[in-house]
Amino acid sequence: MEDNKPQVIKITFDGIEVEVEPGTTIMQAARRIAEADSSQHHLVPPAMCYYEPLKGSGGKCRACLVKVAQGSAKDTRPMPKLVPSCITQVQDGMVVENVTNPAVLEERKGIVEFLLLNHPLDCPVCDQAGECHLQDFAFEHGSAKTRYEEERRTFEKQDIGPYVQLHMTRCILCYRCVYTADQITDKRVHGVLGRGDAAEIGTYIEKAIDNDFSGNVIDVCPVGALTDKTYRFKNRVWFSKPVDAHCQCDKCSGRVTLWYRGEEVIRVTARKNEWGEVKEFICNTCRFEKKKTSDWVIEGPTKVQRSSVISANKYRADVIKKPDFALKLAASQYKPIDDSRPYITDDQTIRELSIENNNKANQRSLAEKN
Amino acid sequence: MQQLTNRSKQVSNKEMTLAERIYLPAIAHGMAITIKHFFQKKVTIRYPEVKRYLGPVFRGRHVLKRDADGRERCTACGLCAVACPAEAISMVAEERQKGEEHLYREEKYAAVYEVNMLRCIFCGLCEEACPKQAVYLRHDEFVPVFTERDQVIWGKDLLVEDMNNRYLREAWTKEEAHAQDLKKAAGAISHVEPRAIP
Repeated sequence: MEDNKPQVIKITFDGIEVEVEPGTTIMQAARRIAEADSSQHHLVPPAMCYYEPLKGSGGKCRACLVKVAQGSAKDTRPMPKLVPSCITQVQDGMVVENVTNPAVLEERKGIVEFLLLNHPLDCPVCDQAGECHLQDFAFEHGSAKTRYEEERRTFEKQDIGPYVQLHMTRCILCYRCVYTADQITDKRVHGVLGRGDAAEIGTYIEKAIDNDFSGNVIDVCPVGALTDKTYRFKNRVWFSKPVDAHCQCDKCSGRVTLWYRGEEVIRVTARKNEWGEVKEFICNTCRFEKKKTSDWVIEGPTKVQRSSVISANKYRADVIKKPDFALKLAASQYKPIDDSRPYITDDQTIRELSIENNNKANQRSLAEKN
Repeated sequence: MQQLTNRSKQVSNKEMTLAERIYLPAIAHGMAITIKHFFQKKVTIRYPEVKRYLGPVFRGRHVLKRDADGRERCTACGLCAVACPAEAISMVAEERQKGEEHLYREEKYAAVYEVNMLRCIFCGLCEEACPKQAVYLRHDEFVPVFTERDQVIWGKDLLVEDMNNRYLREAWTKEEAHAQDLKKAAGAISHVEPRAIP
């Protein structure tokens, strides 16, 4: 008799218990927690290379390292090193420490430093600024100053095809675009060349990425290494207004986000979920050629997180509902009253208990004084 | 009647003395006070020929700085515009072409940079937001009086620094500024227009 029911694995992530299916990674479990309770959004480890819709992604950038304080219910030893949460599968009774462990946060600071070693920090010029994952990651976890003094490696910018521009200088070698080309398009012509410090994204002999879905490499790129040539320097992300729209397209789902400057569509991207990931990839015709409002059916403004700079200057001050800090604080510190104690009505017992409690309190204060 | 306070002065109807009756000594006393002021330092200044010193941290009109080689520092990143509480700044970015490296410092530059001086509240947040040290509020110049609406929006022609008359803030205290003004007035610093000494 085999039990075909899906087993449920219980893990503890930062003190929060969650039940997930076997085969889930720690990262996915953390995301389930945040999806169930949006106030836990900050608990989710950052991801630079992991991209849920792309198979095989993850495990490269080390941004999501967490401490496993207890391997499983059977083997309660902690894992000796920090583990990447995006590729480590959960085990029953696993206890994971993320933001509750200062060593993890300290490690993340180091990871930011490593990722920024060769990053040019040209955010004022870069088109990705404002929706850049590396920017968010460095802002949340990095230190304000750099210790790096050596020369950073630089590359000339390259045109890959008529639509995509490659700034190899900004690349953090996350491999997301490589997986996208492998899994979404039917032919990949670019990849990572060289090894170690010399590794770079390239097309070997300058070849154009020419495929109906090649534009998706722009969306999956966590930094500004692959950018839209038709959008180049058109506007800053936070001055454009995102609007959800769809159209009839025989190649893709046609569900996109239009970015407006005034009445003009300056950019079309696929829709990103709360983890900055695209679930429905769109074709190049939708992305690069349909840049008129008349091509689209408008659904309504895209939901933008209040913490994002994209929401800056978009809403009137009186319609913004700010979270009540005091209520949040009270909610976080609320302890339920222990009602398991027996209910005592006998006067004599109450008197004895109160005398006992008073004695205890006196002894405590005396002990503190000494 | 009984006085409740001692503030009011009791008037008397006594006869005036001879000196008081001829008035001349009192007139002379009054004129002396008046004439004394002719020789004192004036408290007013002749604006606009003479301008008062405003302090090193005064926030006047904007200037878009150039670097030492005369290239524009501004890269049109938009941080000043997003920081501006009055939404006075707008810009359009452009990519630097080959051969323009001597004009613009970065790959991208502001083709249009406009400050609406009617909206601007001179708070200086743009100055603080700028990552490229490009925009400054001059401590020595106001926005001049305007009479037409089209004079209100300042473009790059008015904002970008003139390399022959660079904006430098060398003085940080009133004494330093005074010493510098004296130098300028004496012609020791020739390329800068002499500013009046307070």
